[in-house]
Amino acid sequence: MKRFAQLLELLALTPSRNRKLAALTQYFREVPDPDRGFALAVLTGALTFRNVKPALLKDIVLREVDPTLFGMSYDYVGDLGETIALIWPHHGGQGDLPTLTDLIELFNTTSKSELPKLIAALLTRAEINERWALVKLATGALRIGVSARLAKTALAEMSGKDLQEIEEVWHGLKVPYLDLFAWLDGTAERPDIDHAARFHPLMLSNPIDEEKDLGKFDPKDFSAEWKWDGIRVQLVLGDGTASLFSRTGDDIANAFPDIVENVSGEAVLDGELLVGRDFEAASFNDLQQRLNKKVASAKHLKESPAFIRVYDILFDGREDVRTLSWTERRARLEAWFVANPQSRLDVSEILPFSDWDDLARQRRQGADEHGHEGVMLKLRTSPYVPGRPKGNWYKWKRDPNVVDAVLMYAQRGHGKRSSFYSDYTFGVWKGNEIVPIGKAYFGFTDEELKLLDKWIRANTLQAYGPVREVKKELVFEVAFDSAQESTRHKSGVALRFPRINRIRWDKPASEAGTLEDMAVFVAAS
Amino acid sequence: MLLDRNLHIRAIDSYIDPSVPRERAIVTHGHADHARSGHGSVLATPDTIAIMKTRYGEDCARSFQALDFGVPLAIDDVTITLFPAGHVLGSAQVLIEHRGQRVVVTGDYKRLADRTSQPFELVECDLLVTEATFGLPVFQHPHPRHEIGRLLKSVVDNPERSHLVGSYALGKAQRVIGLLRDAGWDAPIYLHGAMIRLCELYQELGVDLGDLRPATGTVKAEMAGQIVIAPPSAIRDRWSRRFPDPVVCQASGWMSVKQRARQALVELPLVISDHCDWGELQQTVHDTKAKTIWVTHGREDALVYWCRTQGLEAEPLNIQGFEDDGGEGEA
Repeated sequence: MKRFAQLLELLALTPSRNRKLAALTQYFREVPDPDRGFALAVLTGALTFRNVKPALLKDIVLREVDPTLFGMSYDYVGDLGETIALIWPHHGGQGDLPTLTDLIELFNTTSKSELPKLIAALLTRAEINERWALVKLATGALRIGVSARLAKTALAEMSGKDLQEIEEVWHGLKVPYLDLFAWLDGTAERPDIDHAARFHPLMLSNPIDEEKDLGKFDPKDFSAEWKWDGIRVQLVLGDGTASLFSRTGDDIANAFPDIVENVSGEAVLDGELLVGRDFEAASFNDLQQRLNKKVASAKHLKESPAFIRVYDILFDGREDVRTLSWTERRARLEAWFVANPQSRLDVSEILPFSDWDDLARQRRQGADEHGHEGVMLKLRTSPYVPGRPKGNWYKWKRDPNVVDAVLMYAQRGHGKRSSFYSDYTFGVWKGNEIVPIGKAYFGFTDEELKLLDKWIRANTLQAYGPVREVKKELVFEVAFDSAQESTRHKSGVALRFPRINRIRWDKPASEAGTLEDMAVFVAAS
Repeated sequence: MLLDRNLHIRAIDSYIDPSVPRERAIVTHGHADHARSGHGSVLATPDTIAIMKTRYGEDCARSFQALDFGVPLAIDDVTITLFPAGHVLGSAQVLIEHRGQRVVVTGDYKRLADRTSQPFELVECDLLVTEATFGLPVFQHPHPRHEIGRLLKSVVDNPERSHLVGSYALGKAQRVIGLLRDAGWDAPIYLHGAMIRLCELYQELGVDLGDLRPATGTVKAEMAGQIVIAPPSAIRDRWSRRFPDPVVCQASGWMSVKQRARQALVELPLVISDHCDWGELQQTVHDTKAKTIWVTHGREDALVYWCRTQGLEAEPLNIQGFEDDGGEGEA
């Protein structure tokens, strides 16, 4: 455990990606199985404990620490795991902590009633950094700036294998990855994962830089489609089987039986999951209702049937077509649909355009008239490459809507921003009062955050725990993708994807927007 | 009332650590949030006066009155005595006595031994005005020897890099140097320009810091494996580019919170504090036998809450100019 705690600390505190990679590579190379496999599972978020949860840890601590003092501490530190590690009042038990493998075994096998005693004893025995790592391990919230992808990149560096090869087998592997490490060490073949049942990492797009990219690109080299406002999914159709994965490879088939029970054929398809009748997409809100449920209700199935708007094909039958160009894959996709007629799948239409100005006009019109999020550009010659390769796919989002809103409340952030008031609730005028329309916590630079934090501390009217109500004097230009009616907000309006566009230090609050201004945006969505 | 909530001693019209210029000020120690320029007359320890003159100039107050530790000074029917606070060189607690009533204003203080500062002395009193910079139970400072050990291990593990230790120029810098010397590091230690005057002053005042050299003008390649002390603002700034692949370190009590270290882009946080941790604050409240506790400077609420659970009268002061600075202060 000591070694793993050191690794976690180094990863958390080293800003350099290369140094993180080097530390991970060294760890995987030097630490034996199965410890390194369990470490990999922790780093990639593949490990959960049935009975060890953040709430349990909090309970254990609250048996030893005054709840009011704990609350004040948590508010200050901003991270539950770190608060627990720092506040634990007993130190200096005997002997070392168990190995990572043994610890995980203990977490999994200790009875619910014995767990509090076990964890309390471990916390007491641990040194401060181990205690921190132990709590991170138990709560599963690492927040150390290491993505699963970085961990896999380290595996690739350690072994000289291709990252893509690792990602392909990844979703079929089991903790603690003995077969994976055997392959990486060169002592065994690549693990054989059932082809049809596995998730294939997605190809992602980059935002387009209008000024830099469009001048350089030839419109003829690209195909355009609408950017659909649903969730990205992968549908894996085997011989009589259907699996549905989210973009991160989570299996979401149970939530969408209306899709998996009504598809046929053999292929791996990439598309957007939407809800609505007759392939007419309803709002994201409606989709959200269904996403919130692990299992679909009869009411949802009836009122918000789901469908997938397909835009790519990875496997045609059992043939891997990812190395083919987009143009060839598109032809395969269209042919597959002809051969396999579908009631819950349709094909994302191609938007013909003559030049970038023409496409820009269509993009604007699509946004104004149909609420489309923007357009996707795909290089016609691009193969299907997992990850976010540069130069292949681009998203060209519509210009955001903006409103000038007044800062009302500020809350201290969590994690890196735990000492800063970084979460802002803002509102617009409704007659003589200001009513909240949303909350945002990004869109400003670190320098601006410091200034905002200072302003908030100097202009506080009242503090409620971590929240401060401030003088209604500071105006934000808030950008958002769309506005919807909401019963949850006093204003009756909710913003989608709001962010601070600019801080209008210059603008008096009296000139901020009104609820009537918002009505226009609600009508447009 | 002998002392009001702005730390004003009405009977002798004097303020303790006033944040705006006052006719008569008693200054506990030389940090900027306690010692300001522009007062009429300043009463402080000789070391604190020397520090103020070094930082702000000879004429930073109209007149100075030096008062040695433990020497009572009677003004009318009030008696002022300064006792070591153990925070930085010259730092003092102020004991105010008036008709049998005893009030202690701690200023900033720590109870752990530190050879760059006179050791803390406990003063029993009726009313204790204590700081609470680290007034939350999450602050449990490790022993500084342990933290210096981590720094020296990192120096050995990364021989090709130099270590930049962010430290406040007054107190922390000299403490870190002293701890390094005690741990056996006798190589030259390099200083950012902002550190030099105060380190020289400490040495003039009898604190031995060993071989100190300016960091400017050194050859980059020769700084591998060396330790440099610089203000926190310089260690991530352009100034740091003159050193080979520096390991950014920071010595501060705040560094126990890893998220905070990450936020400050500190690669090697060193939890070395010149303030009491939570346990020491509780211990002090208990040891002084004070029945009334006023809490200022920092996370007042938690200590006030705890004092009340102990059956003591306790109030936060919320003095203007001392607002929670989010840990950017000299801690």
